[in-house]
Amino acid sequence: MPKLKVDGIELEVPAGATVLQACELAGKEIPRFCYHERLSIAGNCRMCLVEVKPGPPKPQASCALPAAEGQEIRTDSAMVKAAREGVMEFLLINHPLDCPICDQGGECDLQDQSVAYGRGASRYREAKRAVTQKTMGPLIKTVMTRCIHCTRCVRFSEEVAGVDEIGALYRGEAMQIATYLEAAATHELSANVIDLCPVGALTSRPYAFEARPWELTKTLGIDVSDAIGANIRLDSRGREVLRILPRVNDDVNEEWLADRARYLVDGLTRRRLDRPWLRVDGTLQPATWAEALAALGGTNPGASLGVIAGDLVDAETLFAAKALAQALGSTLLEGRQTGLAYDTTNLAAVAFNSTLAGIETADAILIYGSHVRDEAPLLNPRLRKAVKRGAKVYLIGPWWDPTYPALHLGDDAGVIHALPDAVVSVFAQAARPAIIIGGGALAKGGLAAGLGFAAKFNLVRDGWNGFNVLHFAAARMAGLMLGYAQAGGIADIVAAAPRVVISLGADEVDWTRFAGSLIVHIGHHGDKAAHQADVILPAAAFSEKDGTYVNTEGRVQYAEKAVFAPGDAREDWTILRALADAWGVSIGFDSFAELRAAMIAAVPALGVEGLVDYGPLPAAPVGARAGGVIGYAVKDRYLTNAISRASPTLQRCSAELIHGQAPAEAAE
Amino acid sequence: MTLADKDRIFTNLYGYQRWNLPAARLRGDWDNTKALLERGRDAIIQEVKDSGLRGRGGAGFPTGLKWSFMPKEARDGRPSFLVINADESEPGSCKDREIIRHDPHKLIEGALVAGFAMGARAAYIYIRGEYIREAETLFAAVQEAYDAGLIGRNACRSGYDFDVFVHRGAGAYICGEETAMIESLEGKKGQPRLKPPFPAGAGLYGCPTTVNNVESIAVAPTILRRGAAWFSSFGRDNNKGTKLFQISGHVNTPCVVEEAMGIPFSELIDKHCGGIRGGRDNLLAVIPGGSSVPLVPADQIWDAPMDFDGLRALESGLGTAAVIVMDKSTDIVRAIARLSYFYKHESCGQCTPCREGTGWMWRVMERLRTGDAALEEIDMLQAVTKQVEGHTICALGDAAAWPIQGLIRHFRPEIERRIADNQREAAE
Repeated sequence: MPKLKVDGIELEVPAGATVLQACELAGKEIPRFCYHERLSIAGNCRMCLVEVKPGPPKPQASCALPAAEGQEIRTDSAMVKAAREGVMEFLLINHPLDCPICDQGGECDLQDQSVAYGRGASRYREAKRAVTQKTMGPLIKTVMTRCIHCTRCVRFSEEVAGVDEIGALYRGEAMQIATYLEAAATHELSANVIDLCPVGALTSRPYAFEARPWELTKTLGIDVSDAIGANIRLDSRGREVLRILPRVNDDVNEEWLADRARYLVDGLTRRRLDRPWLRVDGTLQPATWAEALAALGGTNPGASLGVIAGDLVDAETLFAAKALAQALGSTLLEGRQTGLAYDTTNLAAVAFNSTLAGIETADAILIYGSHVRDEAPLLNPRLRKAVKRGAKVYLIGPWWDPTYPALHLGDDAGVIHALPDAVVSVFAQAARPAIIIGGGALAKGGLAAGLGFAAKFNLVRDGWNGFNVLHFAAARMAGLMLGYAQAGGIADIVAAAPRVVISLGADEVDWTRFAGSLIVHIGHHGDKAAHQADVILPAAAFSEKDGTYVNTEGRVQYAEKAVFAPGDAREDWTILRALADAWGVSIGFDSFAELRAAMIAAVPALGVEGLVDYGPLPAAPVGARAGGVIGYAVKDRYLTNAISRASPTLQRCSAELIHGQAPAEAAE
Repeated sequence: MTLADKDRIFTNLYGYQRWNLPAARLRGDWDNTKALLERGRDAIIQEVKDSGLRGRGGAGFPTGLKWSFMPKEARDGRPSFLVINADESEPGSCKDREIIRHDPHKLIEGALVAGFAMGARAAYIYIRGEYIREAETLFAAVQEAYDAGLIGRNACRSGYDFDVFVHRGAGAYICGEETAMIESLEGKKGQPRLKPPFPAGAGLYGCPTTVNNVESIAVAPTILRRGAAWFSSFGRDNNKGTKLFQISGHVNTPCVVEEAMGIPFSELIDKHCGGIRGGRDNLLAVIPGGSSVPLVPADQIWDAPMDFDGLRALESGLGTAAVIVMDKSTDIVRAIARLSYFYKHESCGQCTPCREGTGWMWRVMERLRTGDAALEEIDMLQAVTKQVEGHTICALGDAAAWPIQGLIRHFRPEIERRIADNQREAAE
């Protein structure tokens, strides 16, 4: 705990802190471009120079200098001011100053810091450097003339993403940041470099020239593209969400966001269901709400009602539908659309118990039937960190490139029963062993096998729970908490052959199995379920309603409504409320607040933000064996749900980055 | 006080004899090296410290002290390394080249002795990419030493295992900076690292590493054989020993010559270089230590002692002792502008002041060369050099700034004259 002085303020800083951190602790703002809390220290922008005594009689880069006992740091001396002005001037001499046509304008570090620390005028009279445009794929727009060579993007792709996609070419003034041979950046987190770039060199290609930051209303939301529940900010103008950005939450997404979550935004305005539809003589015909509800009123299903929840719905919608089913006397609720039927009697056995932040401290990890990069892109950087700290990773299921060293044990789920001796001894000796069970393993009886593994290697011990199930659907954990699970999975509902099946945006279901049922689709996109539906009731997407989401860890998070649903679309709970009236039952709430109160009364854990305590892990079932070649559910990491399939940006990503189509827009 | 032939360390500097092992042995190299090693690590380091040897690569850091920073015991199983900087790319410098092509065994023996003293497992000799013939010689010499059992397993039958690897650079000046050299050896882009950590703590592959100049290493065995007292009998206090001077430019016979430190400039020129072209009065200025030190005008340099402190007193430096002599036929502004171009070309581009500043300085220098500038721009250029100097990760920023500062300090009237001439011509 070194004691030092910053501008005369005496303070004690944690051991291992840098001078920059010490200055921040003292409440001093240190300008910086290259320094970023989550990346390695580069020390190359030289903006954070401060005066440090004892030391050489020249300013020191505070980001890279360890804080030491007895240092006297000045951030306000003439030397520091001159150094900042000098560096600022150098950064600007070859910067095009094209702020009026730059998308970074208004949220640009260079703008802000030149106002705060710059000199106000340039003495540079020579010709400025210009750099040819670079191609970096469908998501990242480059204007490399604006680049200030902070190398944040390079360090991000090397350290966080784990791929050497972006690098620096040439040297000196001619140095350029580029992908090698102008290949597209293909990593699933690649668009985060847009947020990292302190200037307008890397901006969002689909968002180019859409809006200025000061025009946007910012709403806090939760991502629904996977079960991680990344914290996002929805930036909207008028009735349209224009972009999605990650928010900082160290427990969940740090400050990253998967590309497919970021560009869901382009799907929110396309292929929308904005009016009710009724199937008349085999074809869907537009209808009014009154017609649709009247038509449904004549088909009261009574207890013969099934509800199948999609992957994107919030807990309130799930609860409202459950209340409707209950009022009608039905318990046919299911959310696992693709037919998974694992045991859900103890939710501790289906949650990510190590927590996303906690998994970083694991020292031996078995990934069992999960393509982490496809199913939970934000988990992979956590696993990379664990590996960097020395964790050993093993993988059961078809091989995928994890970007860190991992040993492939086999494709068959049964491999877990016959692990090689070397692997067994690693897990036996590990202090914090962990297993991550994905949907691929759950489909092959992997849950019971995983519980057996947990028991064998004592995965739950003092201060550590290494048993993890990694879900893929944002609605999964809330669904399971609300009873959206039949013992036999969706097959039970098929077997019950209900007269009416309500689809809550359930686009992944094989609806041909419900040929005898009236299918009522409450959804927001004209996707797979809409084609099969008999009645379509247009609902709100995740950006258009308040809602509670529970991520795979069992973390309860709240999202807010950013904009109104388009056209005649309604928030989901109001539709279910209207259905209750149409079918002549009472479900006990007339407003969203009442709905939420009822939900919290039924499941109190949903009323508390944060991790739900699911209790201890159940005992492993005796004699349960997993078997069969594992297959991964996600076939195309960009097109995983109804919204992403409607997003032209993600369609391009899929076409160019996965299916190898020629780029739509080459560099100028 | 000219250095006597018997006191020369580099006795085959001019290649009058062969470079190979038998010839080197006749010159005294590899003569009972085992006995040198048997003195022990501490004794060797103490001897080098006592000799007053300062690093010959330019910065002049005491060599023995540098070696003593290396850990005594291998920590957590990490080996230590010696990296020998043969990336001699400083304009004007050409001493390492002579050592490598005519006396490579001095270097290899020095590598073993120095490596042993600092507990290094291996030495990496990073040789400048353009030195093709020299690299061939060095590869062959290392092979000879391996074949003779002088290095490798049980080097010189001392029981010490020591390997020498020769690595060819790819032509980047910045790779002569010690941490950039380490990056380059590791196969990365040659960009200097932040310090701390210093290489003695975490250098090549994260292991303790010392980077030394070729000359510093090559003189070590002779110092040990002839004693610290002998070496320190040359030169002035704090500037001991002999040194290879490389005199180029407008002298009658440019040469590389070994001389005692502190030899007056005049003696160096008159004795070894046949005097200034056109006589003493024709001397304009001298860059005494390779392109990165400020120039010194004729009247100040003539009697100056050529050593670290003597030249520092003239606000210049000894650098690598690459003496660039310019007579009055020189377009001094153009000469410095060319150096500015060199630094602009060789900046690695990592940190802002150097990346942006070297180009700016060069462009202004090019205009000053023709006088196409305003008078205020001289002061602005001076301010820009000050904005670069001391604000960068490595010393290349300083090296780019100093020649210009030297020019402005000593030849401001010349620059002003060109601007005035240009303005008058424009008016006419």
